[in-house]
Amino acid sequence: MRVIIVGAGEVGSNIAASLAESHDVIVIDVDPETVEELTYSSDILAIEGDGTSLETLEDAGLGEADMLIASTDDDETNILSCGTAKTVGDIFTIARVRNANFLATWTRSEGAFGVDFMVSTNLLTANDIVRVVGLPAAVDVDPFAGGIVQMAEFEVAADSEIAGRTVEEVDTFEALTFAALVQNGDVAIARGQTPIEAGNKAIVIGSPESVQAFSRTVAPAKTPDEARDIVIVGGSDIGYHTAKLLEERGLQSRLIEQDAERGRQLAEALPGTIVMKHDATDVEFLVGEHIDRADAVIAVADSDEKNLLVSLLAKSLGVRRTVAVIEEGQYANLFETVGIDVAINPREATAEEIVRFTQEGQIENLSLIEGRQAEVLEIEVDEASVLTGRPIRECVGELPSEVVIGAITRNQEFVVPRGDTVIEPGDHVVLFVSADALSAVMSVV
Amino acid sequence: MRVRVDWRVSCRLVGTILKWLWIPLVLPLGLALYDGTPLLPFVLPMIGTVVGGLGLEQLTEDRDLRTREAFLMVSLTWLFLSLVGAAPFVLAGEGVLAEPVNAVFESMSGITTTGATIIVDFDRHSRAVLMWRAMLQWIGGLGILVLATAVLSQLSVGGAQLMETETQTQDVNKLTPRISETAALLWKIYISLTGLQVAVLYGLHLVGYAPEMTLYDAVAHAFTTISTSGFSPRGDSIAAFSPAVQWAIVPFMAIGATSFILIYFVVHGNFERLRQSDEFRFYVGILAFFTLGVGGMLFADGAPYTSLEAIARHSLFQVVSIVTTTGYASTDFNLWSSGAKHLLFVCMFIGGMAGSTTCSIKALRWLVVIKAFRRDLFTASNPSAIRPIRLSGNVVDEETIRDIYAYTLVSLVFFILATIFVVVDASRVRLTVSEFEAMSAAAATFFNVGPAFGIAGPLESYDPFPTSTKLVMTFLMWIGRIEIIPVLVLLTPSYWRS
Repeated sequence: MRVIIVGAGEVGSNIAASLAESHDVIVIDVDPETVEELTYSSDILAIEGDGTSLETLEDAGLGEADMLIASTDDDETNILSCGTAKTVGDIFTIARVRNANFLATWTRSEGAFGVDFMVSTNLLTANDIVRVVGLPAAVDVDPFAGGIVQMAEFEVAADSEIAGRTVEEVDTFEALTFAALVQNGDVAIARGQTPIEAGNKAIVIGSPESVQAFSRTVAPAKTPDEARDIVIVGGSDIGYHTAKLLEERGLQSRLIEQDAERGRQLAEALPGTIVMKHDATDVEFLVGEHIDRADAVIAVADSDEKNLLVSLLAKSLGVRRTVAVIEEGQYANLFETVGIDVAINPREATAEEIVRFTQEGQIENLSLIEGRQAEVLEIEVDEASVLTGRPIRECVGELPSEVVIGAITRNQEFVVPRGDTVIEPGDHVVLFVSADALSAVMSVV
Repeated sequence: MRVRVDWRVSCRLVGTILKWLWIPLVLPLGLALYDGTPLLPFVLPMIGTVVGGLGLEQLTEDRDLRTREAFLMVSLTWLFLSLVGAAPFVLAGEGVLAEPVNAVFESMSGITTTGATIIVDFDRHSRAVLMWRAMLQWIGGLGILVLATAVLSQLSVGGAQLMETETQTQDVNKLTPRISETAALLWKIYISLTGLQVAVLYGLHLVGYAPEMTLYDAVAHAFTTISTSGFSPRGDSIAAFSPAVQWAIVPFMAIGATSFILIYFVVHGNFERLRQSDEFRFYVGILAFFTLGVGGMLFADGAPYTSLEAIARHSLFQVVSIVTTTGYASTDFNLWSSGAKHLLFVCMFIGGMAGSTTCSIKALRWLVVIKAFRRDLFTASNPSAIRPIRLSGNVVDEETIRDIYAYTLVSLVFFILATIFVVVDASRVRLTVSEFEAMSAAAATFFNVGPAFGIAGPLESYDPFPTSTKLVMTFLMWIGRIEIIPVLVLLTPSYWRS
């Protein structure tokens, strides 16, 4: 497939890197330096120019291209690029927007603006935040098979019940599969005898109930039944969508916004949220509002620095869990190192979503682990797959060793994968696959 | 000094309304013709309104109404209508209504849908005159709504506040793109409801459940029920009729005080709007609360009613009648215990829903006041919290909340001043009026309820009050109906000066 990517920022280059292996990728960017850098660093074609100009798009080979992904930081540019591309040929277009209003319009009439698929960074990020907050102690949560299956990543604390034991000893949960352990940034498939050490991250796949139960075992202190008291700091668009999603789940959160007018707007738009007008870095205020007793503090202010400050303040007051939005992708790890529980990078989330979409077809859904060292993917199996028609015990021999069958769903029902389970055509299978084994796996399943 | 107000524009519009007033006079004229009573009291005003109306229209050419002129127009319209309405009473020269002050009081009480009556002896008045009285209320009932929709909703102050609040909650003038279409729509609903009530009441008569309810009575009562006004051609008001009639009238009073916008949606099968309306739920809640309260007291008192049905009927009827500011009496509630009477007195201050024919402060305002106060209690302990007030899910802006607070306060101040006046003026002529009687009479006229307690009780008359009190009460009814502010604005010097 020939793919044109407009905008080589964090999102664009991330997508480009993901797709370069299996597709022909052409990147358009207005900045000559970025273009030069890309030309030498990756195996792609980089073109300097304006993505909304038909001429530039045609230079990039619009006629032969199958897909256009507009991923600049400017919503209007992205939409316009898609619209422009559509005027010439029947190309599949994907636009990244921040503003969820565009998404709302597009959802009303799919194909609006000449966009075939639209991803709203802000809404996506809010969704990620709410998912992570909904499963206390998890650092990453992704739904599969329409929410029937969950993939979750947990950090194993020193005082955790499972620290110092082997996978076999811990793997006692119904409807839960231990997929992998992350040690010092390296992903390793979980074997029965693999020891689990404090500081590791455990990746599990299972039904939401069993993941929740597992979460209580991993970090009992951090895991009340559900996060009830949630404080959102910052009335950004992401903050608004986060509060809105929490409202939809029936949770009343508190939102702190410094600007009175924006605060009023938010209070009017969010009937189920208590909006407060105050500076969230005022320690006295935070103490007065009993922020220390909050189950989670979500920092979604406009600057990374402020989010870091607020999160650290909250931590120092004793908040169980802090989630911060970090715009600058390279800081994410650093922030998690200094004590923020979860750092979410909207650009990375967007890139992931777009890559996930481009691989749609055979793959129903996908989640990237530790910077693409591994992927969790959902596929619908057919007659031709090696997985179908016989017990799992037998087909494992034909699969590379870096694969774990995490979960199976049949007719929207969860099926626990055991050695004697027989996978039928039409079943959805959630697999954990190391990057090295990815192409080998894809060719047989 | 130049006067900034173009009073001619206001008068021209008043003339436009006036010249059509001959139409409602047709009905009493026909009745007079049928009964063989004098025709002149109706023929002369007919000529007068057309000539006067056309005359006023000659004052100036057709020009757009501006805010300032609108205040004057609204105030003058109600004043002129009451003067024209009084003419047949004076010309007929029957009983106490022959006195011009009394006639104007009665007419103002009619056109403002108050229902406070001067009449002492109902037998002395012809059916035509009593029908004209009912007709006045019917015009007044929808008149204010149409006027409010057409004129007040375009202004940003005063009575318009209410409509504005509603624009946010119920899309009052957005039923149709054109105000004139909306007004026509309101008339259709109004006429249909009136027709329905005539059919129900006369139907009860035909099947034998209401021996006293003649067609004439059915029409007169339908006119004064839907308009929530309360004049009855019977001295005993609704107490003159069977329990079946009393039960049948209750829903019509309640509907008259229900937002016509909601009625419009319900007629079109959209019951969801009814369920979503905070104000409607509040209004129904109030009716239920006070009915249970009054009913409980009547039950505890054990007298004067012996059957549970009678207690239920009279407590429901009186609460609905007073809250909706209709003012009918199904019984002489003057005889009730002090507790029950005081509960009923409180009902005078509530009113039905905005956008209906009801008067008083109105459920919407109380709801906003209560919500705003609850918000204040919350922010007292959470000073940083920003809490908008919502009605039916929509945010009410802070300016509107302030205006509603102000209106409610001003209303209560007027009520207090009026009470003091009634007491002082009565003692001047050595008329014995208790504090409670004075308070209820002031509230009954100012909030356009009609009957008060004691001297001006449900089966009594306002005639014993001195002329000066009657004049003040006429004024109270006038400003109460147009929600004070248009008149108060006229009284400020800055309104007139440039």
